[in-house]
Amino acid sequence: MSDYLIEFNNISKFFGKVIALKNVTMKLKKGEIMCLLGDNGAGKSTLIKTLAGVHKPDEGEIIVEGNKTVFDGPKEALDMGIATVYQDLALVSLMSVTRNFFMGREPLKGLSLFKTFDIEKANKIAADRMAQIGIDVRDPSQAVGTMSGGERQCLAISRAIYFGAKVLVLDEPTSALGVHQASVVLKYIVKAASQGLAVILITHNVHHAHPVGNSFTVLNRGKNLGTYKKKNITREKLLSMMAGGEELDKLEVELQEMNRPSA
Amino acid sequence: MSTKSKSIQNKTEFKEDERLQSVSKLRLLLNRPELGALGGAILVFIFFGIVAGDTGMFSAYGMLNFLDVSANLGIIAIAAAMLMIGGEFDLSIGSMIGFAGICIAIPAIYWGWPLWMSIVFAFSMAVLVGYFNGILVVKTGLPSFIVTLAMLFILRGATLALTRLITGRTQVPGLTVLVENDPLAWIFATDTFKWVFIWLGSMNLIDLRTDGTPLATGIPPSVVWFIFFTIVATWILMKTRYGNWIFASGGDKNGANNVGVPVGRVKIGLFIGTAVASTVFATIQVLDAGSADTMRGTLKELEAIAAAVVGGCLLTGGYGSAIGAAFGALIFGTVSMGIFYTDIDTDWFKVFLGAMMLIAVIFNNYIRKKVTESK
Repeated sequence: MSDYLIEFNNISKFFGKVIALKNVTMKLKKGEIMCLLGDNGAGKSTLIKTLAGVHKPDEGEIIVEGNKTVFDGPKEALDMGIATVYQDLALVSLMSVTRNFFMGREPLKGLSLFKTFDIEKANKIAADRMAQIGIDVRDPSQAVGTMSGGERQCLAISRAIYFGAKVLVLDEPTSALGVHQASVVLKYIVKAASQGLAVILITHNVHHAHPVGNSFTVLNRGKNLGTYKKKNITREKLLSMMAGGEELDKLEVELQEMNRPSA
Repeated sequence: MSTKSKSIQNKTEFKEDERLQSVSKLRLLLNRPELGALGGAILVFIFFGIVAGDTGMFSAYGMLNFLDVSANLGIIAIAAAMLMIGGEFDLSIGSMIGFAGICIAIPAIYWGWPLWMSIVFAFSMAVLVGYFNGILVVKTGLPSFIVTLAMLFILRGATLALTRLITGRTQVPGLTVLVENDPLAWIFATDTFKWVFIWLGSMNLIDLRTDGTPLATGIPPSVVWFIFFTIVATWILMKTRYGNWIFASGGDKNGANNVGVPVGRVKIGLFIGTAVASTVFATIQVLDAGSADTMRGTLKELEAIAAAVVGGCLLTGGYGSAIGAAFGALIFGTVSMGIFYTDIDTDWFKVFLGAMMLIAVIFNNYIRKKVTESK
């Protein structure tokens, strides 16, 4: 039995001539938070979709809890406990907290032909779960549209955990949030990991990633530039790797040149 | 001093709590999509109560009259509302009504089928048409507005062409004699609670004909179907898993898909629903009139959508209610009949219909902002 909850070994994905991912390898243990960093176009989205079972890798293997696996679709990935929370969160703002929480997986009661949505039970569970993360939902039948961005993010994560996620894939969970809201979400992510989940946090914000991550994988133009333990890398180094260090240096030089005449 | 200030503090705290409570209750009420239509219906009744209170509009016969019109519209409006909540339109409702009518009449009159078989045939065709609409929208990803607009023309054209081809005319009469003793037709053609009206007549509480039978003979089948549809649709929307899927599919198609809601199946089911409701409408009217007309149901799709919108459905999907649509239909039915009892020229009805819809849309838009505004 492998130590790792999920392993990606030399995963490659091509779209026609475009190499979206090339030989990406990463491993995750229980309770670990891996931050996947990369600039736009680095292949983050492709990697997420491969994790979520939307894309099948063209090369390499995915190993879940020691077993080699090929996901036939998103449902299969979900059944294996790999839950992806996309940026749009899959929440319907006009629907209530409860109805969103159980969307697609409603608890039922009653006789076989006339099974009804057990809304009382659902309300109770949803309110309980939200209370656990410190969000006081006074009325679980209130529309999700009335919640703040951070609360929505937490609701989406909490939902994934409730429905049996072992590996949580979070796509830019803090990108649209203010400082305070982002810290609430990050705290919740750490808490989830401490309860034994493996978290893959996809972001381009090093300042959000560095405090919570145990390890960091940097993607650039579809290639894995390496995975680093927290103690082996600084925030600044991560930042420069993400952007491609040379490019930042070049920019600095260029800016200096522009400054010269005015100075 | 200190105790006094403390007590004041306590008092204000208590007060604040109270206010919070009442706000959330008001909010709860405002959150209900049918609120506007309910208010509108009450206003309409007050208006006619004042203007036409003594004209016979609110006699048993008058009431059944406008209830019958409301109920007919309500049957299709509820199905249209459910489809709108699911995020799609069906503009082929009116054409489906015409098509279903001749699907009943031609086999029964020209091919010698028993009436029940023709009715079953019409409903089978409705399921096919609805399924075709649904699968086309789901598979192509085209707006349902366009797809069902095409179906509006196709069905109406086919209805006209086939009827003239087979019968040489555009109307198929002669169904009345077939309704009697048919094992199925009575569901769509029987007045209920006749004994109540006979009793009321015998007590001289309602108007009688010259032969002594009551003028209003019973609750028309449309009203029974209308109530049945309202209850079933509300139950589905509020109490079942499928209902949650309808809201989810209309609210955010991709989101719903991502969490495992079978959006395509939900939408196809709803398209079948509107086609079947159109057929219920057609069956009731065809059996009542005893004839099918190729132009029957023209523009009904727009009235159904208007009633659904007045009932609180958002055009963008994900929000609305069956009860709201029922009230929307009641408003239109009441006004369209009630206007005869007033001095107002009936030409103004459509003006009212349009104005009502505009007000409803503005109101609903405001409500949606209220519901989804951030704290």
